[in-house]
Amino acid sequence: MVKAKTCERLGFWAARVAILISLSITGYMLFYIISKGASIISWDFLTKPPTSGMTAGGIFPAIVGTLLLVTLAIVISLPLGLASAIYLVEYSSKESRFVRLVELAVYSLNGVPSIVFGLFGMAFFVKFLGFGTSLLSASLTLSLMILPTIVATSVEALKSVPDHFREASLALGATKGQTIVRVVLPAAFPGIITGAMLGVGRAAGETAPILFTGAVFYMRGLPTSIFDPVMALPFHLFVLATEHPNISKVEPIQYGTALVLLILVLLISLIAAVIRYRYRRKRKW
Amino acid sequence: MVKSKIKLQTKKLNVWYGNMHVVKDFTLKIPEKKITAVIGPSGCGKSTFLRSLNRMVELVPGARVSGEILLDGENIYDKDVDETEIRLRIGMVFQKPNPFPKSMYENVAYGLKVRGITEEKKLRLLVEESLKKVGLWEEVRDRLNRSALELSGGQQQRLCIARALAVKPEVILMDEPCSSLDPIATAKIEDLLFELKKDYTIVIVTHNLQQAARVSDYTAFMYAGKLIEHGRTEEIFERPKDKITQDYITGRFG
Repeated sequence: MVKAKTCERLGFWAARVAILISLSITGYMLFYIISKGASIISWDFLTKPPTSGMTAGGIFPAIVGTLLLVTLAIVISLPLGLASAIYLVEYSSKESRFVRLVELAVYSLNGVPSIVFGLFGMAFFVKFLGFGTSLLSASLTLSLMILPTIVATSVEALKSVPDHFREASLALGATKGQTIVRVVLPAAFPGIITGAMLGVGRAAGETAPILFTGAVFYMRGLPTSIFDPVMALPFHLFVLATEHPNISKVEPIQYGTALVLLILVLLISLIAAVIRYRYRRKRKW
Repeated sequence: MVKSKIKLQTKKLNVWYGNMHVVKDFTLKIPEKKITAVIGPSGCGKSTFLRSLNRMVELVPGARVSGEILLDGENIYDKDVDETEIRLRIGMVFQKPNPFPKSMYENVAYGLKVRGITEEKKLRLLVEESLKKVGLWEEVRDRLNRSALELSGGQQQRLCIARALAVKPEVILMDEPCSSLDPIATAKIEDLLFELKKDYTIVIVTHNLQQAARVSDYTAFMYAGKLIEHGRTEEIFERPKDKITQDYITGRFG
């Protein structure tokens, strides 16, 4: 009896220590980035392009570039991923070999390293389709990378809609399509949005897929068409940290960029959380 | 045996789930504007039989149906019959109240909107009419735009009945509609059934024998997928012809 209690207490403390360790590491990382980067953040830093060989000025084009990249990527992958998920959940029989194959493909694709997507993007979009190093090629590559996430989360969201909603709709003479559009999708919406935002967050942070497909270190002005290359926050950070000769001068810019990227991704997650929360409150079942 | 007009009729109806033969050679006449109760022990195929009447059974993967179900003399399983059309004429109320996670108004208007009725005035009118029929109008008239999930279980079930009524069906199928409700809510639904049978043909599946005896005009006793006995409710309950029916009704098994 005493032994079991001691064991339990020990386990409890072990869990507590584990939480403390992971929290403090995250906390220290945040603190480190904020303390090194916060001083440089100003209105000018956010709204001006870089100057003097990247040692001064702001990161405005990189912010815009990242926003453009993720927006385009999600615009491409969300309809594709959602449509696939609808097919998998609503229209195919769950045991069919084809569905198993698609599911296997989706999960394997999820495990593919992002640099491999980058290489594929270069070979296929940049070279084969001739889109060049451009916003379009980079967004397409990113959208491929986040597609499995979108499909998997949408499938889960659709599966979580109770069957009795579908039955009620069909029993009222609705077709399957009407049932999906009017009942299933609205009920699955929070889950779908969560998946989309997860994808956006990941796309915003990745460097490898855009490395060879569309990101450039510096360009004059903003892209004017989808065939122009773009600057992007993670790539900017990557180049500043690894390839710039004047390390001491660009260090604050580096950390400032990291901080902006962090806040951007955080903001996206926050929006998703708010949407989810508002829907959850309204719809309980 | 049955004097009034026959609304719905099954002929040699068989239903299989894969290799499982669930409904066997079911031949039953369901008279118009009467309540027909289907009773029998759990797992005897009552719900499956009910779901075959509006072709909902086809949604189960591996389900197979043979035989005929005639609605006003026309086989609803004919190849050129549109199942959504059938489900419009034969409504259904489920075991567990299942309102959509939408407003009360949207719930009742759903079947109408699906049919392409968009005129706000007409929708309002039909929603009000349906809610009045189930006696819910006074309770919810000033909060129609609130979520249907705020209602109590009994109110939700009446809302689901109103939702089914809104599309003006001819037949209403009820699959143990009171099994998740308390006695007071159950009594309200039973009162409602008496009102509804003036306009609708009702088939109700129940394993509450008292309920079947209280509300139904005709009773069909089902056992192991077969129709054992069918007739006027008093006769089935007072003078059952079959030994199994007698044993079931007197509570010797169930």
